[in-house]
Formats: sequence, structure tokens, C-alpha cells
Amino acid sequence: MNTAAKENKLGPNGKPVRPFVMPKSMRGKLSVWRYLIYRRTLQITILLLFYGTAHWGWNIAETPIIVGNLSASKLLGFIPLADPFASLQIMFTRHMPQNELLIGAAIVLGFYALIGGRVWCSWVCPINMVSDLAAWLRKRLHINDNFRLSKQLRYSVLILTLLLSTITGLAAFEWVSPISMFHRELIFGVGMGWTAILGIFLFDLLVQRDGWCGRICPLGAFYALVGKLALLRIGFDAPTCTHCCECIKVCPEPAVLNFSKAAQQGMIISGECTNCGRCITVCPEDTLQFRYRFKTSTHQPAHSNPRLTTGE
Amino acid sequence: MKKTSLNRREFLTRTAQRGALVASGGLLWAYLLQQQAQATATAIRPPGALAEADFNASCIKCGQCVRACPYDTLKLAPVGDTAAIGTPYFTPREVPCYMCEDIPCKQACPTGALTPQLSRINDSRMGLAVIDIENCLSWQGLRCEICHRECPVQGKAISVEHHPRKLSKHAMFVPLVHSEACTGCGICEKACPTDEAAIRVVPPDLVQGKIGSHYRLGWKNEAGITKDFKPAAKIKSPDDQPAGGLDYLNKGEL
Ligand code: SF4
Ligand code: SF4
Ligand code: SF4
Ligand code: SF4
Repeated sequence: MNTAAKENKLGPNGKPVRPFVMPKSMRGKLSVWRYLIYRRTLQITILLLFYGTAHWGWNIAETPIIVGNLSASKLLGFIPLADPFASLQIMFTRHMPQNELLIGAAIVLGFYALIGGRVWCSWVCPINMVSDLAAWLRKRLHINDNFRLSKQLRYSVLILTLLLSTITGLAAFEWVSPISMFHRELIFGVGMGWTAILGIFLFDLLVQRDGWCGRICPLGAFYALVGKLALLRIGFDAPTCTHCCECIKVCPEPAVLNFSKAAQQGMIISGECTNCGRCITVCPEDTLQFRYRFKTSTHQPAHSNPRLTTGE
Repeated sequence: MKKTSLNRREFLTRTAQRGALVASGGLLWAYLLQQQAQATATAIRPPGALAEADFNASCIKCGQCVRACPYDTLKLAPVGDTAAIGTPYFTPREVPCYMCEDIPCKQACPTGALTPQLSRINDSRMGLAVIDIENCLSWQGLRCEICHRECPVQGKAISVEHHPRKLSKHAMFVPLVHSEACTGCGICEKACPTDEAAIRVVPPDLVQGKIGSHYRLGWKNEAGITKDFKPAAKIKSPDDQPAGGLDYLNKGEL
């Protein structure tokens, strides 16, 4: 790693900047990968639950576990779940869905509003596995961005989605969404949906890092807005941070790790943070940890921050 | 000063570029949506499906109807299928709808795309059966009528009528479909013994005509008779007499 240059540097807190070093032991490695392992486990479990219910008749006391797909489903035969963004699009076509769908959408919306909107993106969405693979390969192959899309573009796509839903009378994103396509075809029979996935993979690999999830996907944009007030946050313990920037290197949404903002708030406050936990495990100073938003913090934020008092 | 105006110019250019990107993307996207919606015109939908445009708008493509069907009739169209992306449909020649009394597919639908207002399966209109009389066995003079016997809306959706036949004293017995009773379940299409079904279910819009409201079919119902209609008085003329020589048909001379 590019450690030589940083070797003697001091962080804003006066402590030496240490790079992240991948532990040699398997235990250490597993600990670095722990959130990745949890995320993949959850993503695959959810896929399996849908698939198993559909094809292997998985049930609990004769009740199918979860019927449907990520767009809308029924859990244990009576809990409706629905994609709130898809439901919103349907409403924008000026069709009022039945209560069952509205309740399902409210349940899902409430859940993500509490634990972080984009938790959907890094812990549930099946596309995440594809875009992570592309990002990993791109790093391996040292592919540089040859094209730059604004991170704000996704919000324009979000507005466009709702606008087009009204104009065309079709839930605009649902009708082209590679996420729904991929998931639906995994469960209900395969067609050409995989070409959309391949498209995302190549775009993320060759054109722009995290291009789809970080710049275009309106569902991610929707959940970024939903997650603005979420209670589960990545906490930032400012005095321990040496600005080694290891976190920024692994973060799929690097703009989110704004040190001065994070120091002021004691946490990462942007709704675009996906709560994936990558940064937590690479931080050599244990600066980053999951935390509850309103916990009374042990460190006084702002004024005890060495960067603002001594580090000037 | 200079710097601000440069920045502003750059900002404006960027905004314009972004606007153009979004607008062109939006146009392409709208076009794709339009294409997809048109593809659905031939799909046979599950019972209770709203009118095609409303159905396309409301269905969230969750496939709960597909899972609820005990006969595996319904399919969720994968990309590149005949029906539009992700929407439920069925192919009667493969598996028709067996018209469950409790309509489980409709019950499972969370959005109302399969309308909760459908309470009797016989009221559903999934499609309309049409007969290709050039290939129907009965219309060739054979005694088939399988579709009539298989139809679950017995005797009402398909009736068998007789029809004179050339060069034979025997009449033909031919099936006729009646749109006021046909649910479009496709059981007839499945049952038809010809190589390619001679009776097929299609979306009614594609085959049904409409008589203009200005036609009043007085011989079909009283209400159709124009109230103030008075036949013109017969013009009496000396020549107005039956031509005697030609009237033998009516006089029992044969
Ligand atoms: S009525 Fe019964 S057979 Fe017909 S589509 Fe619905 S569930 Fe299937
Ligand atoms: S259950 Fe309703 S919303 Fe779901 S796929 Fe069937 S028709 Fe569409
Ligand atoms: S089953 Fe087919 S061939 Fe037989 S009468 Fe009906 S349409 Fe004709
Ligand atoms: S589709 Fe065929 S079997 Fe079904 S109701 Fe109509 S005529 Fe009868």
C-alpha cells in the first residue's frame, strides 16, 4: 500500500497516521469482512426465502413463508409488504392501490426510515452483489473513470420517474427497473432480465465506479431521502481520527465521509450513507462505529474536536 | 469578479448539460414505456383484470396471483416474452383458467389490479373465444362440438346451431360463441382437437365490433322501433295485383 509517504505524517489530532493493514490471521480477516459477510448472508437469505417458498414449498405451520417478490409480498400469510417507491409511482399514474398495498408500503417505509433508508441498498437489494463485484474488479484491474456523472443526477432521475409515471400512465421505473427484473426472473422464471444486470455490471466496471447505485438509481435516491432522519447511524469519534482516509477509499459513497461535518455531528449524517459498515472495519483507529442517533455522546462534539482547537 | 462570472458560466453550462441529459434520457425512456404498453394488447389477463391501461398502471408485478393459482395457469412475463415485462398472463392452449369459484388469484392481488369487485367468476371477461370456421371440424360437417361440451359456462357461452349443408339432406351442427356469456377462460381452446386450435381466446377489443347507436333493430326489441314511425299508405294502382301466373308456389299446387 502507499504507506511510505504517510509514515511520518501526523493527523490533525497529533497522532501518527497509520494505514490500514489487512490482518494476517484468518480471524482478523473475518473480522474485517464481518459486515460484508452479514450483508451477503442477509441478501442471499432473502432471495432464498422467496425462492424456497415459491419452488420448494417452504412454510411454517402450513403458511407459506413469503409469497411474491421484492415489489410486493405477503409474509407468513398475513403481513403485507410492498416497495414504497413502486407504490408511489402507481399513485402518480392516478390509480389508488388497495389498502393492502398501502399498508405494506407503510410498513417497509417505516422500517427503513428507522434503520436507514439505504440499508435497503447495501443489505437487501440484489443488485448490490453485482455492483460490489464490479467495484472490486475495477480496483483489481486499476480501471479509472473515463466519464463523470454527477451524484445529484439520481435525484433528477427520481423526479423524472414520477413525472413520466403521470404522463405515460405506467409506473415508470418499475417498468424498466433492472432490480425488479432481476429479482422477478430469479423467482418466476428467467428471460432476458440478466442483460440489464450485465449492463449495470459493465457500466460500473468500465465507465464509472458505483455508477448505477451511486448516480443513477432513483430507488437509491428515494431511500436516501427516506433515510435522512434514520436512527441508526455510523458514529464518528472525531478526536481519534487521523485523517488517514482509509474509509474514503472503501466507501461507495465517498462524499458522505465529510470529516468536518462528521466531526460536528459526531456521526455521518447524510442520507446517502448505506450503513454498509465497510468503513468501520478498515478504520485503524476505531473512529467509526454504528451508533444510535440520539445517544448522548461521550465526547463533546464540535469544541472538543482537536482539529478545531489545536489542529489549526 | 472575473472568477465569479466564469464560475457562473460554468454552472450554467453544467446545468444545461444535465438538463439535456435528463431530457433526452426521459424521451427515450418514455418511448420504451410506450412500446412495452403496446406489447400487452394481445395478452390474456387473469380474471378480474382491470381494462388494459388501468391494469398496466396498477399491477406491481409481484406474482402473488401466479402463486395463488392452483393450476399453474398464470405466468409472470419475463423480459422478451409476448406480454409486457413482468405482468401476469396466461396461454389458454397450454393451461386455461379453470374458473375457481373462490377466485384465489384475485384474492391474492394486493393492488386491486385484479378487481375485488369481481365476486362471481362467471362475470369475468378474460377474453372472448372466436371460431375459425374454415378449420373448425364441425363447420366442415363432422360431429365434434367438443368446445361446446367442455365449456364451463355450459350452453350459454357456446351454443350448437344447425346449419344447412350443400349436397346433403343432413344439417351441420356448428358451435357459435356468445360474448354475453363467454368468460374467456380458454378451456375450449385447450380442448379443440385440431392441430392448431380452431377456437381461440383473444382480448375482446381485438375482435369485437360495435353497431352504431343510430341503428334501431326494431325486430329484435320493441324499444328499437321509432315511436312516430308510420308506414306510408299503400299506393293503390290498377296494376297493383299479384302476377297470377307466378303465384303457384303459394297456392299449394306443388
Ligand atoms: S380463477 Fe383459478 S384457475 Fe383461473 S387463473 Fe384464477 S386461480 Fe387460476
Ligand atoms: S397479484 Fe395483482 S399486482 Fe401482483 S402480479 Fe398479480 S395482478 Fe399484478
Ligand atoms: S372443438 Fe374445435 S373443431 Fe371442435 S367444434 Fe369446437 S372449434 Fe370446432
Ligand atoms: S372461453 Fe370457451 S370455454 Fe371458456 S367460457 Fe368462453 S366459450 Fe366457454
